[in-house]
Amino acid sequence: MTESSQEPNIELLTYSEVVEVRGFVGNFEVQIRKKPRYVDESKCTGCGTCIEKCPSKVPSEFELGLTVRRAIYVPFAQAVPNVPVIDPEHCRKLTQDKCGACAKVCPTGAIDYEQQEEIITRKVGAIVVATGYSLFDPVLYGEYGAGRFKNVITSLQLERMLESNGPTGGKVLRPSDGQEAKTIVFLQCVGSRDEQKGIPYCSKICCMYTAKHCILVKDHHPDAQCYVFYIDIRAGGKGYEEFVKKAQREAGAVYLRGRVSKLYQVGDKVIVEGVDTLSGEKVEIEADLVVLAVAMIPNPDAKELAKVLNIPFDDYGFYTEAHPKLQPVESATRGLYIAGCCQFPRDIPDSVASGSAAAAKVCNIFSRDELVVEPRISSIDPEECTGCLACLEVCPYGAIVTEEYQGRVIAKVIETLCQGCGNCAASCRTGACTIRGFTEEQILAQIEEVFERRAKVA
Amino acid sequence: MLRIAEGTRVRDLSEELKELTGEDVSKCIQCGKCSAGCALSPFMDLLPHQVMKLVQLGHQQRLFTSSTPWLCVSCEACTSRCPESIDIAKVMDSLRKLCLEKGYPPKEKDLYAFNTTFLDSVRKHGRVYELGFTMQFNLATGKALRHLGETLSLALSLWRRGRIGLVPHEVYDKGTVQKAFETAERFVK
Repeated sequence: MTESSQEPNIELLTYSEVVEVRGFVGNFEVQIRKKPRYVDESKCTGCGTCIEKCPSKVPSEFELGLTVRRAIYVPFAQAVPNVPVIDPEHCRKLTQDKCGACAKVCPTGAIDYEQQEEIITRKVGAIVVATGYSLFDPVLYGEYGAGRFKNVITSLQLERMLESNGPTGGKVLRPSDGQEAKTIVFLQCVGSRDEQKGIPYCSKICCMYTAKHCILVKDHHPDAQCYVFYIDIRAGGKGYEEFVKKAQREAGAVYLRGRVSKLYQVGDKVIVEGVDTLSGEKVEIEADLVVLAVAMIPNPDAKELAKVLNIPFDDYGFYTEAHPKLQPVESATRGLYIAGCCQFPRDIPDSVASGSAAAAKVCNIFSRDELVVEPRISSIDPEECTGCLACLEVCPYGAIVTEEYQGRVIAKVIETLCQGCGNCAASCRTGACTIRGFTEEQILAQIEEVFERRAKVA
Repeated sequence: MLRIAEGTRVRDLSEELKELTGEDVSKCIQCGKCSAGCALSPFMDLLPHQVMKLVQLGHQQRLFTSSTPWLCVSCEACTSRCPESIDIAKVMDSLRKLCLEKGYPPKEKDLYAFNTTFLDSVRKHGRVYELGFTMQFNLATGKALRHLGETLSLALSLWRRGRIGLVPHEVYDKGTVQKAFETAERFVK
């Protein structure tokens, strides 16, 4: 990230979102909303004095509520750019016109409470969408007590705890009393592979990060004992199976095949009611800490963004690739690529691979002066077109636009975007719209030929 | 029901077995190949792979009240086929030993009586003294009284054919047999 922020050919627009996309491959015009950060990026040196002096404390989003941040903050230590942002909902100056401590202490006068939202426009040739994922809310499982039991946490919270510069300095502690956790129980597939309450698909990455957690927990606390309740261990990948075995043999994690039925609290322990279906034995564990491997789901606003960008998405809200095997990073719209977990749950190597693939596809377009298009694409005869625009509605690629022709509004095909699916030709009432090489005359001639041959054979 | 409370050391049993046999049961991936090929598994109350799993979970009570270790005849089909090269037959053998050591009565009493009487006979005579062994085994299990007539007529016909003798035939070099027993006992502590 730091490297990309210093690269002269990269303009990094953080704390911004895309509001509108117009145009087509090579000629996109993107409108971007730059949210006010109330800090002038050009003046700020990132000294952090403002953060120290800020009196408002709110739960940190990055640390998943395990610690607090100030109302003026840098989301996490390595954030790029290293410029704080003011949270307008909790800042006393912005909500009640009091305080103003950050402006007083800033040595460069970078704080600007008057900063306004800004809409900027950029012309781009291609777009890569890599908006990531969100996590399933385990509160939906009342039987697991997430949100009610303090010592029931998510894997991402444990991930933060295991981080040496995280909220607990790398120690695995019970959130209830800050005591070291000795017995840690991991529950796999919370939300995933559950058609009733959750989502039917496998979240894919949980088996591996749980094995990693078992190894790290053992590394940080040699006395700790980890238990993992799983349905299947899905460890397909280079070195993955061996890694899970390492968790079981070297880190001594005990794996139990079965879904946990219920968690309840007795004293300072969480009792885990589970089963090991392999031995057929019911198992009850007194746990210090229970870690839920919650499912990866699409971002809550993924569908909204999909409409802005005109990307198709599946029932869940994951973006759909143009072809699941042969065009895995292309979207249906030419010049628009998808990478990482906005498409489907992926681990780090897979995300890096899809990101690199998308970048390579963009380079492929940019390295040419002219784009090659398929010859079998739609064409509209302007004389015949009545301007009903039925074609515009059925085009899945956004390849039909309107234009003025002899004082009338008619439909026009953007040839670089058309994929030749033929929806427009089928919907055209006057026959103005045809697929080149598949005009009605040509198709009828083919049919006639077939029937004549059949008649001869008969 | 397996209860794992604070202070329960689930890995104690697998570590004890590892020390005893050198076999790491935590390697078991529960593929089930041992159970699939075990000739005795239809008679077992726990399948061999379940025994491996329960060792991983340290469920001593369930293991030491199971018939499986006693029914194992050490044919070693499981051992030779295990993809994780665990010597399952060896683990079963050690489980029998631990069962007795920890004071659990053997689940298959007759089998246990057979094993001990058989070994006693060999220890005493250097080989099996069939008549004495049969009588002792029948007395130990109470079978002789239940099927008295049958047992006597079988013994008679075996004796007529010269299959059993009335007096024990001892081996010439009983000292070597004794040494073998002593060596074995050293391993069993």
